[in-house]
Amino acid sequence: MRYEFTAEEEQFRAELVEWIDELDDDYKGLSEAGSDDDWAKSLEVRRMLADKGWLTLHWPVEYGGQGASMMKQVIFTEEMVYHSIPGRDGFGTRMLAPTLMVHGTEEQRKEYLPPIARGDVQWCQGYSEPDSGSDLASLQMRAVDDGDHYVVTGSKIWTSQAHRADHIFFLVRTDPDAPKHRGISFLLSETNVPGIRIEPIINMAGHHQFNQVFFDEVRVPKANLVGEENRGWYVAATLLDFERSGIDYPAQAQRALDELIAYAKGMKGVTGLPLSEDPDTRRRLVDLQIQVDSTRGVAYEVADMQGRGEIPNKEASMAKTLGTRLVQDVHRFGVDLLGMYGQLRPGSYLSQLDGRMLDAQLGTVAYTIFAGTTEIQKNIIATRGLGLPRG
Amino acid sequence: MDLSLTDTQQMIRNSARDFMTEHIDSDYVRKMESHETGTDKEIWKSLAEMGWTGLLVPESDGGAGMSLIEMAVLLEEMGATALPGPFFSSAVTGATAIAEFGSDKQKQEFLPRLVDGDLVTALAFLEGSAAWDPGVVQATATRSEDGWALSGAKVFVPGGAGADVFIFAARTSQDGAPEDSLTLFLVDAKQLDSSAIKSLDSISDDRFAEVDFDGVTVPPDAILGEIDQGWPALKRILDVSTAAKCAEMLGGSRKAVDMTVEYVKERSQFGRAIGTFQAVQHRTSEMATDLEVGRQLTYKAIWKIAEGKDYEHDLATAMAYMSDRFPEICYGAHQMHGAIGFTQEHDLQIYSRRAASARVMFGDANHHRKIIAEQMGL
Repeated sequence: MRYEFTAEEEQFRAELVEWIDELDDDYKGLSEAGSDDDWAKSLEVRRMLADKGWLTLHWPVEYGGQGASMMKQVIFTEEMVYHSIPGRDGFGTRMLAPTLMVHGTEEQRKEYLPPIARGDVQWCQGYSEPDSGSDLASLQMRAVDDGDHYVVTGSKIWTSQAHRADHIFFLVRTDPDAPKHRGISFLLSETNVPGIRIEPIINMAGHHQFNQVFFDEVRVPKANLVGEENRGWYVAATLLDFERSGIDYPAQAQRALDELIAYAKGMKGVTGLPLSEDPDTRRRLVDLQIQVDSTRGVAYEVADMQGRGEIPNKEASMAKTLGTRLVQDVHRFGVDLLGMYGQLRPGSYLSQLDGRMLDAQLGTVAYTIFAGTTEIQKNIIATRGLGLPRG
Repeated sequence: MDLSLTDTQQMIRNSARDFMTEHIDSDYVRKMESHETGTDKEIWKSLAEMGWTGLLVPESDGGAGMSLIEMAVLLEEMGATALPGPFFSSAVTGATAIAEFGSDKQKQEFLPRLVDGDLVTALAFLEGSAAWDPGVVQATATRSEDGWALSGAKVFVPGGAGADVFIFAARTSQDGAPEDSLTLFLVDAKQLDSSAIKSLDSISDDRFAEVDFDGVTVPPDAILGEIDQGWPALKRILDVSTAAKCAEMLGGSRKAVDMTVEYVKERSQFGRAIGTFQAVQHRTSEMATDLEVGRQLTYKAIWKIAEGKDYEHDLATAMAYMSDRFPEICYGAHQMHGAIGFTQEHDLQIYSRRAASARVMFGDANHHRKIIAEQMGL
């Protein structure tokens, strides 16, 4: 038993934080759902990370990665998120690449992995469809066999960053007569090909992150099939076994909480005392810190299990439900603490903490929905984790 | 980061589970509630023979010399079976007090007997306001010709009627802050008249008593630690006990979750197991999630104490959490069990009653939230 990082891991953290401290402030706090200029700067950081070898920290050495331990990855994510540094590549380095390492052909690995490692490409993920959300396996996008190609028609929705992506990995139905999990295939395509049209969806925070991607008889070479035909559901499921500790959430929440503590200590209320002297405010700050520590503990547990080769089915779902709720709670409290100022948007005259609390309060509504809703996660904890019978 | 148990810890867990399965069931727990001392003599002897009463006592003093981590693993199992008796009071609080702060003579006199189970200790700290704070102590000890004359009554002394030795906290100087004017004494229970001990009727098995020390005189070598330095020692004793209490609560929480999981798989309504209903699945998932969080917070605090790290924040977090969540998990278990879990006949109520008591031992959630606030610089 050991509830702290090794000296080597702490040294890595120190090196990383030093690099972050030296990074130009222009790069910090950028949202990848922000302006084109923000996006361009995010890509600059991504290439810096690639140069440091950190973009592929978790990749095996044989694929040019660092083969870093789970805990090093946790540290990397924790510091990058806490300091609001953009540039990590969720879809490419963390989702598609590990999938190709397991299921891809030699040609696919040679073609796709090096540009991901260099930070030269942006992938997006086409899973959800207008009629297939939580019941993802019911997806209907059709891929019809046409010799050495598939002809794909249908649409994908909630496709984050599709408008900035040059490639998409996606799930299609290749056998409409098979049981729903067994007629799905996993395909790759460029986005800039005939028949693909991308329409923006603006979220309630006013940001363009989501898109709907329409496919109209798009021709996808069969060489772009990952894994076997009709086994795509299982190819996609492999991803779930890769590192997802959920450490992002407590790191993001700790940052917001630290900002709120500093604000509460510095801002005087009408009584002349700092807001941090108000008993109710103190109570809520303490409870949020307990919630952060709770969530961080489970995220570390998930990483520890993954590090020893165990599959943390219920623990990963616990980390996700706890973490997403935490990030919502801390920003909702943040908006409360700011009182009348809480409603001012980022950039507004007189806005406090740059309007980040409001922006995140709105933006994090999605957290308990994406990547498996809280309700689905609780089903997983109950059935896979605790062995309760399925309904 | 390595959250797994060592071989030794795993071994303690296994032997504890085997022992509890063989010897402790809910009939025993119920029987002991009306038993004179709260523990069967043979069972108590077995705990000593297993090496558990002396787990925290150094080998040089006849114990097993294990750390708080091993003790936590054991207490988790004891909490899961709701093992009755003065184990906690003696083997955790008492052993820590004497092993860490006793003079050589005190160690020689008391520890071998404590290890053998022949001596049971009880902490006599709280008074009227019952706050887990040095300011609670109004009892005094004044120098007399042949030692110290004690005065004052203590409340919530666990197992007060059955204790052989009290760890008594008194003010030994009237000026200065309470934290600079307390002294601890080891008081032989034989010095007290039986009328000085009044049992309290509490909901759990702590067998609290009010103990009146008026008129008791103790020799100079009854002082545990240093004169006027009783609070730093007592704080350490309380901190270790708090962490250990979290482990015990964790075991009780685990049992409540396990009972619920089993029950909702078996219980059938509307023609199917109620565990197939999402409303039931979700509440059960939340209970299991709370349990997992409690496990991480508890063992982190325990590890930090065992390794001599700075533990204040983590310990207060673990206790604030467990103090809130052990009862909450029990309420969830009751809701999932429906009417049957509400009966005295059902075992679940044993754990709900344990939770009601454990959650306020060594300071409740709010007490620990205040410590967290200080740690956060608020």
